[in-house]
Amino acid sequence: MSALGTSRTEAVPTAATDGLRMRGVCLEVGDGSETFLALDEVDLDVAPGEFAAVVGPSGAGKSSLLAVAGGLTRPSSGAVTVAGRDMTVRSAKARTSLRREVVGFVFQSGNLFPSLTAVDQLRLPGTFGRGVTLRDPHELLEKVGMSDKAHRRPHQLSGGERQRIGIARALVASPRLLLVDEPTAALDRARSHEVVRLLATEAKDYGVAVVMVTHDQDVLRYCDTVHEMTDGRLLRSR
Amino acid sequence: MGVFLAIRELGFARTRFGLMAAVVALIAVLMVMLSGLSVGLVNDGVSGLKRLPVTSFAFEEGVQHDSAFSRSVVDLAAVDVWAGRPGVADAAPYGNVLVNAKSDRGVDIDLALFGILPTSFLSPAVAEGERLGAPNGIVVSSTAADAGLRLGDTVTLDRLGTELTVVGVLGEQHTFGHVDVAYVPLETWQAVHAGARPGEQVPVRARQEITAVAVRADPGQTVDLAGGDRAAGTESLTLEQSFGASPGYTAETTTLQMIQVFLYAISALVVGAFFAVWTIQRTHEIAVLRAMGASTGYVLRDALGQALVLLVLAVGLGLAIGVGVGALIGGGGVPFALSAPSVAVAAVALVVLGLVGAAAAIVRIVAIEPATALGAHR
Repeated sequence: MSALGTSRTEAVPTAATDGLRMRGVCLEVGDGSETFLALDEVDLDVAPGEFAAVVGPSGAGKSSLLAVAGGLTRPSSGAVTVAGRDMTVRSAKARTSLRREVVGFVFQSGNLFPSLTAVDQLRLPGTFGRGVTLRDPHELLEKVGMSDKAHRRPHQLSGGERQRIGIARALVASPRLLLVDEPTAALDRARSHEVVRLLATEAKDYGVAVVMVTHDQDVLRYCDTVHEMTDGRLLRSR
Repeated sequence: MGVFLAIRELGFARTRFGLMAAVVALIAVLMVMLSGLSVGLVNDGVSGLKRLPVTSFAFEEGVQHDSAFSRSVVDLAAVDVWAGRPGVADAAPYGNVLVNAKSDRGVDIDLALFGILPTSFLSPAVAEGERLGAPNGIVVSSTAADAGLRLGDTVTLDRLGTELTVVGVLGEQHTFGHVDVAYVPLETWQAVHAGARPGEQVPVRARQEITAVAVRADPGQTVDLAGGDRAAGTESLTLEQSFGASPGYTAETTTLQMIQVFLYAISALVVGAFFAVWTIQRTHEIAVLRAMGASTGYVLRDALGQALVLLVLAVGLGLAIGVGVGALIGGGGVPFALSAPSVAVAAVALVVLGLVGAAAAIVRIVAIEPATALGAHR
């Protein structure tokens, strides 16, 4: 099924208790009168400090996986926990609180706010309200090698630099799970390696479970596990 | 911290917000101008009536309300009937006629002659000269003095040739239907109203005619106007209702109010349209915010806070410019007077309606799915 030679993901329940745990997750999505399974019986465990990659063709369900894992979308069935917290609760408000407290997102191209300086991008999550333990933004900028550009806005930064700021922003609220969406989509090869290496290092240093969705086979060497997704089904390849 | 992002966006996208603020500020300037014009026109139209110590006028029964002051003829006997009514503190004869005149120093002037008994409660205090008393003496509005009349001037009425002498000048603007008021003794007023030239006999009937009975209620009392009208054979209008009988008053104030209402609506629509476009442009940014854990309330507070800051700054700027321009206009021939309460009401209304417009546009934020933050959107 996969070029990488896959087998169905096996659960690792003990290691994943504090990280991400998905069991039998299905997501049915509709397009007019047609419905299909964007996620089909997905099981996935990612332990704290583990860096997992999910690869697969467009439309395979990778973004749906991130959305369900991060509580952006409620699955049709199955269980999702992050650090033991149920991410499938009915209330959107409760899921928003959970995201604030235990999940960090790294979006494509950083998705930084154009009006905010680098340091303000990191301060922003601290303004969202209760439940956020903010790390020192300057210390984090230092860690991602951006302390000298703390007062620059996104348009004054390169793509790689924007992605570094995006990673620092995702880590600033001390998440237990980092969900990374195509971080190298707009970067050249050298910068792609730089950014993914940084993600791997930070995952280990902060003990954060990381799930990265990517098309870039070249950066998989930095990942602890690689899963392939096809037609909503997740298969472990490494 | 609810407007952390909003404030920084205002500074960052200052050209875009500056243009929007300029539009709102211009509307605020226009609103101040209209407010000043409204108050000025009201002053020009009815300040002479407003300054009368009167609570109601009893006009001729069946008189047309919008021209009661020019058409009504009431018998003098009605004054005594009204004076005897319960709750009435004072009742006095009142005459009103518009005349064209020319002063002995060549000033052409239109006057609203208010005929009163010099001893009645209607007789006004003067800032210069003497109170009303001499048979051909008149006490004129301060605006008549601004137009060139001076104490001691002789004013000759066109057509009749009646000569009146300015014996007193009032301290404030007293105008009626955009014409300066001149208080004149009732007997002289009756002669003018009857069209009697100097030396001619005034018809006996004319000596019994007045425009209306001016009534002042006891403090804290309400007078039974309908009962009084039945007893005296008159038709009463309260002082405020009588403003509509001032020439052009209703048409002018209604027109201006309509323009103001349209401006409020335009302002709310313009602000709403701006924030609708702005919200659509920010859709992905808002999805990212919500994905990161910002609550719907946080995002709404941020967006509405941004609208509030923009509106307050823009309206404040507009008011400052409007008041400045108004100060320049106020001294000229345009009927313009700024009143703090009406300017404040206009400012608050602009901000509140602008916020309503913005809120109607911003509320779509709640429908933005945070999951759309994922994928290639930027």
